[in-house]
Amino acid sequence: MNPLIIVRIAIRALVRNKMRAALTMLGIIIGVASVIAMVSIGQGAQASVQAQIESMGTNLLFVRAGAQNLGGVRSGTGDTGTNTLTIEDLEAIRREIPSVAMVTPSINTRSQLVVGNLNWNGSLQGVSEEFPGIRKWSIQSGEFFTAADVRIAARVIVLGATIAENLFPGTDPVGQTVRVQNLPFRVSGVLAGKGEDPQGRDQDDIAFAPYTTVQKKVLGSTRVQIGFVSAISPAATYTAQAQVTELLRQRHQLGPNEPNDFTVRNMTDIAEAANETNSIMTLLLGSIAGVSLLVGGIGIMNIMLVSVTERTREIGIRMAIGARSSAVKTQFLIESIVLSLTGGFIGIMLGIVASLLIPMMLGWPTLVSTAAIIGSVIFSAAVGIFFGYYPAQKAASLDPIDALRYE
Amino acid sequence: MSATLTVDQQELHPNMPVFVPQREARPVIELDHIHKVYTMGDVEVHALRGISLTIREGEFIAIMGASGSGKSTMMNIVGCLDRPTRGTYILDGDNVSELSKDARADIRCQKIGFVFQGFNLLSRTSALENVELPMLYAGLDTAERHRRAGEALASVGLEGREDSHPNQLSGGQQQRVAIARSLVNDPALILADEPTGNLDSRTAIEVMEIFQRLNRERGITLILVTHEPDIAQYAKRVVIFKDGKIKKDYAIDDPRDAAEELRLLPPVEEEDDDD
Repeated sequence: MNPLIIVRIAIRALVRNKMRAALTMLGIIIGVASVIAMVSIGQGAQASVQAQIESMGTNLLFVRAGAQNLGGVRSGTGDTGTNTLTIEDLEAIRREIPSVAMVTPSINTRSQLVVGNLNWNGSLQGVSEEFPGIRKWSIQSGEFFTAADVRIAARVIVLGATIAENLFPGTDPVGQTVRVQNLPFRVSGVLAGKGEDPQGRDQDDIAFAPYTTVQKKVLGSTRVQIGFVSAISPAATYTAQAQVTELLRQRHQLGPNEPNDFTVRNMTDIAEAANETNSIMTLLLGSIAGVSLLVGGIGIMNIMLVSVTERTREIGIRMAIGARSSAVKTQFLIESIVLSLTGGFIGIMLGIVASLLIPMMLGWPTLVSTAAIIGSVIFSAAVGIFFGYYPAQKAASLDPIDALRYE
Repeated sequence: MSATLTVDQQELHPNMPVFVPQREARPVIELDHIHKVYTMGDVEVHALRGISLTIREGEFIAIMGASGSGKSTMMNIVGCLDRPTRGTYILDGDNVSELSKDARADIRCQKIGFVFQGFNLLSRTSALENVELPMLYAGLDTAERHRRAGEALASVGLEGREDSHPNQLSGGQQQRVAIARSLVNDPALILADEPTGNLDSRTAIEVMEIFQRLNRERGITLILVTHEPDIAQYAKRVVIFKDGKIKKDYAIDDPRDAAEELRLLPPVEEEDDDD
């Protein structure tokens, strides 16, 4: 018998009872919609982290003083391990490694910045003139300090947007003076705002001065905590990382069995770690929503079972009139597949709408995932088959004589 | 007991000329020593104890008997809803006594039309779609289904009610839809199980009129199960069951004529066309 005719019979049977069909689909609709919404929240978070990381530059390397992850043994205060990185190391990297384009040390401190009767406690970083190029900062007004400023340890400062707004409300800070630890610094420029990082920290609450100035005039220390190195291209990142490691081992005169007393990491690795965290998050959200999809499937089975009992007489009529049991079984199976697939499609629509509304209402980034959509369609069809099979089997096994007598 | 009594009724009813079963008419149903035993727990129930019966093409036969007489079991077997425990059943030339469930479903689809006491129409489904149902299972195409269903509805006087749902139809009209449904696949026989049981007496006569007309004009073989003796009087032959056996099998020389009776009944205002 033509399967298309059974599809038709099944659809007619569903249309005869629209209310029941709609209620049955509800579970699947909610399940699929929540899977899609949850996964798109997860993917959205992932994409925004990815974008942040890419905005820092995928060809970025971090060179950090001290060994990594040695159970805290080497990272105690006053330990020689944290003083292992020197300006000379960074200069050597800049000079000797061809795959390296730019280098800057980064010397971090917090400092009170004072302008007249206004003051602000912000992060002050000592960097080289190459810093904006490496970390992809752009200048909004004025200019970044120069190599000459670094060489002579000039008292110049470049302000992040947040600090500029707080210390110079309504006026242009460029050319004005900011006092840092009672030393006057000339503001040479203001940076363009970067907004919050993925952890919600304000990236603009920062000020930059030449590292020489910070070392000599603010901190009085030659310590370098971290150096940023920019490879000539994203593809050269790993080569650069290997060469930097090799060079630093030579310079630090480490024997073949001695561990590194510094750490070189690249942005790609960090991006991967961040991605992994977000994938776990997405998986978690998705599987919670998946449970509701499963519950929706059980709902379909429930209604189909009730429906088989309720429609016993109808089944009897169909069989008496000449429907084979296989036709009845196929009909019920198709009914549940149609229910779950239709529910699935409505769920996809709702899920997409939700994914579009969430950024507007909650401010979370979302990214509708094709994989989640395809997965939901397959899953809802599977739910229809899996949970429809038993009721269909039950309908097909009815005896027409008993079924016709059923009241 | 199993004698076949097909009486030439031409002399008795000169006004009924169209179809008269001949003595030599082809047998549609041949039952030979049919037994049916149900096992309920440890108890064996002999529902049928060796039934032999031949029904020829164009017959209109009423089957009577008290409940428990075996007539329902007999109808289930004749309708290929059930199989005999022993004995042979030849329907329209084919031995159907040992067919599988699916093969019997196909036989029911092609050769048997059912009319039930409770009408058994699909609810929330138009009269036309109800009538189309057996043709869906027979695999006919849409155009053919529409044409035949329309014709069948017209032949039972329901032209214009194609789109009505069962709950918009009176009992008599619903039973007529059911009769139309039983006709559409051109079955070898129509089995009517207490078709007037849920109807008032006037509507019952109307339904019997349709049966008599189908039998007379189209030569359709009809088996009518009833426990009402006066309904049985519309048939041309009566078989009475008792205790799983045929107790009586006789021809009715002068069956009631439903069309004539309807003419003589006082006309009633059409009760069923204003819903």
